[in-house]
Amino acid sequence: MSKQAETTNRTTAIHQSRPPSDARARMTRHHMIVFALIGLFVVIAPQFLYPVFVMKLLCFALFAMAFNLMLGFGGLLSFGHAAFFGGAAYAAGYAAKVWGWPPELAIAFAVLVAAVMGAAFGFLAIKSRGIYFAMITLAFAQMVYFYALQAPITGGEDGMQSIPRNALFGLVDMSGDGPFYWMVVVIFIIGVLFMYRVIHSPFGEVLKGIRENEPRMISLGYQVQRYKLLTFVISAALSGLAGGTKALVFHLASLVDVHWTMSGEVVLMTLIGGMGTIFGPIVGATVIVTMQNYLANLGSLVLIIQGAVFIVCVLTFREGIVGVIAKWLKTRL
Amino acid sequence: MFELLGIPPQALFGQVLLGLINGSFYAVLSLGLAVIFGLLNIINFAHGALYMMGAFVSWMLLTYLGIPFWFALVISPLVVGALGMVIERTMLRPLHELDHLYSLLLTFGLTLVITGVFQNFYGVSGKPYPIPAALTGVMNLGFMFLPIYRGFIIVMAVIVCFATWFLIEKTRLGSYLRAATENPEMVSAFGINVPLLVTLTYGFGVALSAFAGVLAAPVYSVNPVMGNDLIIVVFAVIVIGGMGSIMGAIIGGFSLGLVEGLTKVFYPEASTTIIFIIMALVLLFKPSGIFGREV
Repeated sequence: MSKQAETTNRTTAIHQSRPPSDARARMTRHHMIVFALIGLFVVIAPQFLYPVFVMKLLCFALFAMAFNLMLGFGGLLSFGHAAFFGGAAYAAGYAAKVWGWPPELAIAFAVLVAAVMGAAFGFLAIKSRGIYFAMITLAFAQMVYFYALQAPITGGEDGMQSIPRNALFGLVDMSGDGPFYWMVVVIFIIGVLFMYRVIHSPFGEVLKGIRENEPRMISLGYQVQRYKLLTFVISAALSGLAGGTKALVFHLASLVDVHWTMSGEVVLMTLIGGMGTIFGPIVGATVIVTMQNYLANLGSLVLIIQGAVFIVCVLTFREGIVGVIAKWLKTRL
Repeated sequence: MFELLGIPPQALFGQVLLGLINGSFYAVLSLGLAVIFGLLNIINFAHGALYMMGAFVSWMLLTYLGIPFWFALVISPLVVGALGMVIERTMLRPLHELDHLYSLLLTFGLTLVITGVFQNFYGVSGKPYPIPAALTGVMNLGFMFLPIYRGFIIVMAVIVCFATWFLIEKTRLGSYLRAATENPEMVSAFGINVPLLVTLTYGFGVALSAFAGVLAAPVYSVNPVMGNDLIIVVFAVIVIGGMGSIMGAIIGGFSLGLVEGLTKVFYPEASTTIIFIIMALVLLFKPSGIFGREV
């Protein structure tokens, strides 16, 4: 980043991080409106959209939000988030299929597995910054991919198939898409609210400080490495929440979930929606999942289009959809 | 014949040879990445896709135009290198002033597009490329039989690596390059066209990957995804060797290929993950890489 760009960035960040109280109230009002719209969408969506499609959308929105916590708010570009998403998908699948666990426990187990993986990889990866960090996370994720390819429990090339949705708490039947939809909605809302809370907590403020000027935060006495590691773990755990849920939605955990193209996809979702925004990843995930859905029969053209969108976004549209809207409305979304 | 730790020597030497061949590709590819990183400070994610393209251009030259391997070895890197220069001029240059992560993302997007285009036209199945007639057959080394083409790969990789090292460390052009790495403003004040140097460097790094692709065409099947998983192993090699270090890339590439080959003999389950495990250990004890300078 050039000196000038850095300075402007920093000044805008300072202006943004301390909005006057009326602006803050206005911002909060905007956020409430968006939350209401999201709530409305998830309630009426099953009326006119295929529930599995909406569930997929919610899973990926959650995944992209988890990723954005690191990239958008922590300034850490991880190119290995597929490891947490896919690893958790396998974990949930294994718990549900082999141990016969109910969905809430299977997903909780998936979150735990992803968090532990996040702690291990994060511990090593945060020793480096920028491009190094991206490459190292990518390499670790590839290790997980190769493991999934070879290990007997993952089903190799075929993936882990026909993962059952057992009864919720051992009581409520979840095998149909109707009831399970509401469970996914609840998971999604919990995830989003948690993320919102984290971003607006003192922890989140420190994280943004690290993104803008790490040496200064160190000189102010913050244990920067601990903050980064905790961010990594939170982000991995929430990616795991998304991945575990996704495994139960599709009854499937496969190599696609752990491959680096998945890590790239989540970067694209965040970028197109607007990194460093709260709602951008949701919009980005919606765009990409919808695009994949409607272009699925075009085969490798999807890859070309996705790559082209990536290039165009990086070259000309770095603020993302929500970033641009927020600029129009002179608020933060 | 003698046995080593219960492993028949044929199998052992066979895997060592395979390891060295993989190592040759790691070395040439990570060398290209190191050259690009040194001057542009970016990681070229598209390196694997351009390696694939190098192999495909050589296949196309043979299939459509009947141009043999030996000419492809020169033409293909030139073609792909020229494309690289266009990419640098049109897409990477506008991002130069921004965070380098954007360049990484851009080259990632390029990877998707290039892979997608080739998949669209040629499918995912491989295209065979015959070993050039002069290099077919095997050589009896006494303790093992060496397929001549495989030996040729290793020799070519060593030559290219050494030549690149010499070019950068010992020639005048190389000294401009190293100076531009340290202080581009100063170097351009001396009247050297730094933007041109940057373009040529990117083209050269990309041409190296295409060269590796041409070498790979006869041993691996030529297919659109051949570079995709390879490139990530090469990233790990670079992290181990030390980012931007020419020697680190060369030595790291060959030795990690060898380690991988030996792992296949002694503990095959770990052969695909061993390099990543070594990377984790290096990060634990020397985060800047074995040959890297402290940053």
